[in-house]
Amino acid sequence: MTPALYNFILKTADDCFILGHRNSEWTGFGPFMEEDIAFASMAQDKIGHAWLLYKMLDENAAAAETLAFKRAEKDFKCCHFVEQPIGEYDFSLMRHFLFDHADQLRYEMLMNSSFEPLAHFAKKFKGELKYHTMHADTFILQLGNGNEESKARMQSALNFCLPLALGIFEVYEGEQEIISQNIFAGEKVLQEKWLEKILPIIKDAGLQMPDMATLQAVNGGRHGFHSDYLQPLLKEMREVVDAFPDAIEW
Amino acid sequence: MKSFDPRVNRIKPIEEKTEMNIGEAWEPYEVFHQKKRGDHHIHVGSVHAPNAAQALLFAKEQYGRRQNCVNMWVVRTADVTQFQYDDADIFETAIDKEYREAYGFKVRDKINAYKKQQTESK
Repeated sequence: MTPALYNFILKTADDCFILGHRNSEWTGFGPFMEEDIAFASMAQDKIGHAWLLYKMLDENAAAAETLAFKRAEKDFKCCHFVEQPIGEYDFSLMRHFLFDHADQLRYEMLMNSSFEPLAHFAKKFKGELKYHTMHADTFILQLGNGNEESKARMQSALNFCLPLALGIFEVYEGEQEIISQNIFAGEKVLQEKWLEKILPIIKDAGLQMPDMATLQAVNGGRHGFHSDYLQPLLKEMREVVDAFPDAIEW
Repeated sequence: MKSFDPRVNRIKPIEEKTEMNIGEAWEPYEVFHQKKRGDHHIHVGSVHAPNAAQALLFAKEQYGRRQNCVNMWVVRTADVTQFQYDDADIFETAIDKEYREAYGFKVRDKINAYKKQQTESK
């Protein structure tokens, strides 16, 4: 596997892994029981996708666990968006909406990847991803068109999230190679498709889209420069692993 | 008291409480699950939701994950018309009419399953 391909898969996996962990923090604290179960289940899907991608980098299950639980913060390639704390439910829902549309489109594009294992997974993840965006859209429409408070909250969540969401599409090392080898059409293409997809939903939800030209993407993650939130997250996630470093399973 | 769960320690006390009355904007929906195409939808339970679209979303996670599923229905519980239990005596009969009870339906499923198995094993 070329370093470019390794990097591409790693950053895709890291996004899903960290967001999956973040969203799992809602488990038991969701706004109501049915939603608690749905959100936890989707978080589990994300971690499942990350697990399969990590294993693609190294067949060995122990190697996947090393990637997940023993890697230094600077070696993670996730974007700042997924690192942010869960905040209130408006933020978590908006992140879920913005990220999952990008995620779904990414895998749709990967269905034609020249790298067969990625095309294979893209087809396998299809149904789960469809549910994730269906869930997100329903909530965004419901709350955007809800009462004054829900609308105001969703609007400020959208304004807060957008610059962070643009960080999903940050150029990473080796991207040109990935594009020229027809592994993936590129982050720029993805971003365009993503905007096309989310704009009508945001409009239907009665929310205002800020002027994209004025937004500055929050970048750095793809090069190992992270927000202050990643290190504490890793520490908390690894508490058990760190307490029993020699354990084979736990 | 400090919890072992860091998430619990992060929770801030709620300053503003939103008043919400039971049943306000939310309703129970009955969930029906279909195992495979052509099968009957079978009632499996209920969910609470503010509208039908969300009821379907929740139904999928609550009832669609643990077994095969190709389709689901949700129906507002309030839209189900039913007898009163007080009227259950209308189902009683004066003389024994067991001969017309529909045991045959149950047997039919078994016969069909057996026939299918036979054709498949051939």
